[in-house]
Amino acid sequence: MAKIKLSERKLQELKEVCKSFNNDKGELINVLHKAQSIFGYLPAELQEVIAKELNVSVAHVYGVVTFYSFFTMTPKGQHPISICLGTACYVRGAEKVLEEFRRVLKIQVGETTADGKFSLSCLRCVGACGLAPVVLVGEKVYGRVSPDGVKDIVAEYNN
Amino acid sequence: MEMVKLTIDGKPVEVENDTTILKAAKTIGIDIPTLCYFQLKDMNIENRPGGCRICVVEVVGRRNLAPACSTNVAKDMVVNTHSIRVLNARRTVLELILSDHPAECLTCAKSGYCELQTMAQQLGVRELPFQGAQSTYRKDTSPAIIRDVDKCIMCRRCEMMCNDVQTVGALSAVNRGFMAVVAPAFEMNLEKSPCTYCGQCVSVCPTGALTEVDHSRNVINSLADPTKTVVVQTAPAVRAALGEEFGLAPGTLVTGKMVAALRRLGFNYVFDTDFAADLTIMEEGSELLDRLTRYLKGDQSVKLPILTSCCPGWVNFFEHNFPDLMDVPSTAKSPQQMFGPIAKEYFGKKLGIERKNMIVVSIMPCLAKKYECQRDEFKVNGDPDVNFSLSTRELAHLIKLANIDFNSLPDEDFDNPLGASTGAAAIFANTGGVIEAACRTAYELYTGKKLEKVEFDELRGLESIRHATLDFNGLPINIGIAHGLGNARKLLEDVRAGKSQFHAIEIMACPGGCIGGGGQPFHHGDSEIIKQRAAAIYREDAGKPIRKSHENPFIIELYKEFLGKPLGEKSHHLLHTHYFDKSAGTFVDE
Ligand code: SF4
Ligand code: SF4
Ligand code: SF4
Ligand code: FES
Ligand code: FES
Repeated sequence: MAKIKLSERKLQELKEVCKSFNNDKGELINVLHKAQSIFGYLPAELQEVIAKELNVSVAHVYGVVTFYSFFTMTPKGQHPISICLGTACYVRGAEKVLEEFRRVLKIQVGETTADGKFSLSCLRCVGACGLAPVVLVGEKVYGRVSPDGVKDIVAEYNN
Repeated sequence: MEMVKLTIDGKPVEVENDTTILKAAKTIGIDIPTLCYFQLKDMNIENRPGGCRICVVEVVGRRNLAPACSTNVAKDMVVNTHSIRVLNARRTVLELILSDHPAECLTCAKSGYCELQTMAQQLGVRELPFQGAQSTYRKDTSPAIIRDVDKCIMCRRCEMMCNDVQTVGALSAVNRGFMAVVAPAFEMNLEKSPCTYCGQCVSVCPTGALTEVDHSRNVINSLADPTKTVVVQTAPAVRAALGEEFGLAPGTLVTGKMVAALRRLGFNYVFDTDFAADLTIMEEGSELLDRLTRYLKGDQSVKLPILTSCCPGWVNFFEHNFPDLMDVPSTAKSPQQMFGPIAKEYFGKKLGIERKNMIVVSIMPCLAKKYECQRDEFKVNGDPDVNFSLSTRELAHLIKLANIDFNSLPDEDFDNPLGASTGAAAIFANTGGVIEAACRTAYELYTGKKLEKVEFDELRGLESIRHATLDFNGLPINIGIAHGLGNARKLLEDVRAGKSQFHAIEIMACPGGCIGGGGQPFHHGDSEIIKQRAAAIYREDAGKPIRKSHENPFIIELYKEFLGKPLGEKSHHLLHTHYFDKSAGTFVDE
């Protein structure tokens, strides 16, 4: 793991957040949520800072980060792709769609492509069951996606 | 506290209303099996995650079975601890745990001591009905501890020890479900974490997931090498616990048999770390007096309190957590590391044994010593002062391996000169012992008077943090004592804040001191065992003809013939050390 440099400005913002929670270790999950929205993800270096601010062990912070699936340690791609695996989407073949995205992008769920363009994640029902299976790219919603359509979606963002 | 009456397995019992079913049952001799639950009574150590559900019992009128370790009693409750429903449920729980556990008992280091194995026997599991994928994880070997988390059952006892008791925070449960393991931050190896190698996680792990790095083979090879002179030193705490491995009652002193066994194993010289403990007192005690007198004279450069430095777990802890206070601890090496250079540079030279032909082995109640003897500053041209450090458990194994019938051995004496010791050295094993030993010597050197009663009862006991004021001829000396690193942290934070009232503080990483060390025979949560060991140590002291370190004739001789005087140039070179700032996060590679 190479050391990365965190932006001073964002770090300051994070420390303010911790302060607003009275640096209370009981607020770790809330602090992590805010931290993730500031930085986009939770790299090791950031977890170290949070551990220090809240006076808990880094191991504990890491434990919490890895326990909840909505926390991530990899930076999101420029175009984060999320596949809904809610019941309706699942029944209509979302898994096959996911499989195809993995094949086309050559990454696993939770990973980002080497060029930083795409990342892959799964979601629970996004409330658009009528369109199942549903895929989100950034804010944009794609409905009735079939494995055959995956290449076209990726192509849209690839030039 | 309100008392409630209930019935367990048809027997009436009356207990306080905040008692768990588990504890209530114990008062009438019913032992409900447990796995994740762990307690060291009277030592403030308890693990009660209520996660494994091995302890389930039937509470009449309730639909679900209740975990006895985390369910409180209630008025008129009727509990069955071994109804057919309970037995079936308990067995299923165990079978599920076993379905994700490697069946490696034949070769597992924990075999015979494993609580999971015992449970499988006790519940009569004869086949494994659930077959499925098993989680696998890399093995992690550090200088002292091996993590083999495939054998982890997620009881989280280690996490409780490391976080709540030791406040080290090296371990945490990470990931979830099937992928869950207990690991350091970012799943780095233990060596990159702030781990102190105190070994307390190892001493409570029910399975073979956490074990010590075994150096027995290296020792066997050295013993078999005719070109080597192999010297052994045994720490004070070992003699009060080794007997447990051979079925003797906890608290049986086996000093003489231990010496006899080591001789039969083929060690050329059987020496005693107690000798080095006396030497530690000469150096550490002199340092205390030196700092104290200069302080009383108004020397601003002097730092008080002085902290003991004989526990390498504790040294690791302050290097990681209090690097700003590195000039506060004594610079004296631990007895293990004092012994090494005295054996190689003094004793060996005297006998004409070249350094490279001498192997020094230590028998320790401790896993931190395995790491300590590998530290670079304790080597001369790559040759360690102490080559191998074995735990009390490893020694027991070696004795069994060599077909020695331990219990029928005669009592034998240590060899001279490095085997002679005083009662002051013996009590190093107990929390409070090092500072008591130091006070015996410091008092006499400072006041010039003879100490009428050598026991300082006010320094003894098992309370987590203790303090006492001793009268040094009108001069009040404030002593602080902490055992367990979480308690040490509290005293250190006061020192950091400039609030500490103490002149001297003794710190031991392990609860109880070295008698409760991470390398001792497993106590399986029975704090009585630790108390018995402590009592045995005080008996060892009381039985010694000489009980003050500065009266050890061989120590006097050593200074006369070789070292000069305490804190002198030679001592400084051979018996003192320096510390390193390890606070920088080591888990992210540069
Ligand atoms: S050896 Fe001590 S410090 Fe290291 S992980 Fe175990 S309990 Fe924590
Ligand atoms: S490593 Fe041992 S003590 Fe720690 S959770 Fe696993 S089984 Fe329990
Ligand atoms: S208290 Fe004793 S056994 Fe424990 S780490 Fe310190 S020296 Fe080792
Ligand atoms: S299940 Fe996918 S949108 Fe509801
Ligand atoms: S021993 Fe009670 S739940 Fe594990």
